[in-house]
Amino acid sequence: MVDVVDLSAPRQHPLRATLRRLMHHRLFLLGLFLFGIVAIVAMLAPIIAPLDPNKLAMRNKFRPPSADFVFGTDNFGRSLWSRVVWGAQLSMFIGFSVVVINAVFGTAIGAAAGYFRKLDNALMRVNDALMAFPAVLLAIAVTAVLGPSVNDVIIALGIVYTPRTARIVRSSVIVLREMEYVQAAVAAGAGHWRILRHHILPNAMAPLIVQLSFLFAYAVLTEATLSFLGVGAVPPTPTWGNIMAEGRQYMLDAPWIITIPGAALMITVLGLNLLGDGLRDVLDPRLRIQS
Amino acid sequence: MSLLEVRNLTTAFQTARGEITAMEDVSFDLNPGEILGIVGESGSGKSVTALTIMGLLPRPPARIASGSIRFGGQELTTLSEGRMQKLRGPGIAMVFQEPMTSLNPVFTIGDQIVETIRAHENLSNRALTARAIEMLEKVGIPSAATRMSDFPHQLSGGQRQRVMLAIALVCRPKLLIADEPTTALDVTIQAQILDLMMDLRDEFGMAIMIITHNMGVIAETADRVMVMYAGRVVEEAPVMRLFDHPMHPYTRGLLECVPAIGQDKERLVAIPGTLPEPANRPRGCRFAPRCAHAIADCSAGLPPLETLAPQHTAACFRAIELQSA
Repeated sequence: MVDVVDLSAPRQHPLRATLRRLMHHRLFLLGLFLFGIVAIVAMLAPIIAPLDPNKLAMRNKFRPPSADFVFGTDNFGRSLWSRVVWGAQLSMFIGFSVVVINAVFGTAIGAAAGYFRKLDNALMRVNDALMAFPAVLLAIAVTAVLGPSVNDVIIALGIVYTPRTARIVRSSVIVLREMEYVQAAVAAGAGHWRILRHHILPNAMAPLIVQLSFLFAYAVLTEATLSFLGVGAVPPTPTWGNIMAEGRQYMLDAPWIITIPGAALMITVLGLNLLGDGLRDVLDPRLRIQS
Repeated sequence: MSLLEVRNLTTAFQTARGEITAMEDVSFDLNPGEILGIVGESGSGKSVTALTIMGLLPRPPARIASGSIRFGGQELTTLSEGRMQKLRGPGIAMVFQEPMTSLNPVFTIGDQIVETIRAHENLSNRALTARAIEMLEKVGIPSAATRMSDFPHQLSGGQRQRVMLAIALVCRPKLLIADEPTTALDVTIQAQILDLMMDLRDEFGMAIMIITHNMGVIAETADRVMVMYAGRVVEEAPVMRLFDHPMHPYTRGLLECVPAIGQDKERLVAIPGTLPEPANRPRGCRFAPRCAHAIADCSAGLPPLETLAPQHTAACFRAIELQSA
């Protein structure tokens, strides 16, 4: 009456196994390193960049990078180091907030549309309508209505990207809804809420996490684009986009003003993309089998 | 009084090509502690019967066109979804065919059993765990307390089906519906699971409805057998009676398909043809086009299910005639 038990099988928590695979993924580690630098710099901004990023000092303007001013100064003599570091904090804050908004609303809308067939059509048509606009164009339109503060940019980016997240969650939920263990749970007397919370959403997490890591990169990039175009947070707010927009006029004489925030933006986005690729490689079982 | 009374139950599905009846005019009773076997080919309507009773078919497209299901005196066809949900688990529970996919891969089996109890009863965490371990022991999982923290992928197919049984039985249902519970398992494990189900029936006194296409499973477990063909019941009898005196040509055909040890047959006799599509079923007896004994009358009208011997019903115009021949 006893089935054969395979004792050689590793008895390891799946989460720990996933972490271990991530720690062996080189590009993921590189991504984590790059993103980690930016995140740590952003968090330590008040300590490592004590100079006010908006303090004008006209006698110091256009100083190239030196021992006094690590990243040089801009056309108003402001420390570029301070501006870029505080800009990193803003970028991280905006990116993280957009990710949180997406995780909450994207999951809620996607789960509702995927699970309750009656809601599907209504929710997804609104979703499609929002997705039909190019991201930057829609973001410009929303900030035009809301206003040009950091919070408004966050709301705009939330509105722009939530439909994309909702669509990804919905497609996972539609597949999971038909799984046998979901039917088994219904047969055991579980209600809708219990089924969504215990059987569907935990299994839909992997693609969502991958999506959110890429979304962080998109949010940072789009925010910089909006600032650069002059429809994001108003100057002199030290966003990377604002710094680059101002530096553009002095590109030939003081190239550090535009290249340094540009490089910071590139490092952040590259880091996040590598991070996302790594997560996808590890979390997507189909890719794992191929490799 | 019987535990489950199904009367003239007809379930239809709305499709792009019109309404299709997956199962029609099905009637049967099930007493407490009794095991009823439902046999038939794929597509004969046996799973639809089970899912209709459980209220698990999505409506629409499914629709109960007529008939009634009375469970413990309560009419299920008109019960609200909320009341039905409360009934699933402590009233009627179900075990599915695929033990490999019937467990949630991201939770431990302990969590899944505990969660099932929690859906119906308000108990402390300690009591919930104790109950889950007790149930795992009952279904024959060795060192149950440590296996509680195993994930489904760490278990073999037979063990997973045992866990499925534990989940189904943990709320002490009065009726267990087992839809092809052993089809995905290998033969030695099949026998173990069937034994286990019968032991648990004796212990809990629940009724079991076992759905299968395997006559061997029926012979081993069922008290009574119902044979379905193309959505209708064609024969019903106590298990020994059915195997000794099958009245319907289809049942006879099914029994001839089973290889028997010690029988010196060169080839198995297969039933010619295939199950008719639900959309274009033949007029009259649905088995007539595949039946070796069909006569002109068979295609004229549906043969009614008639009691031809005590506790033995069959739907065939020529049953008596063929029996004596």
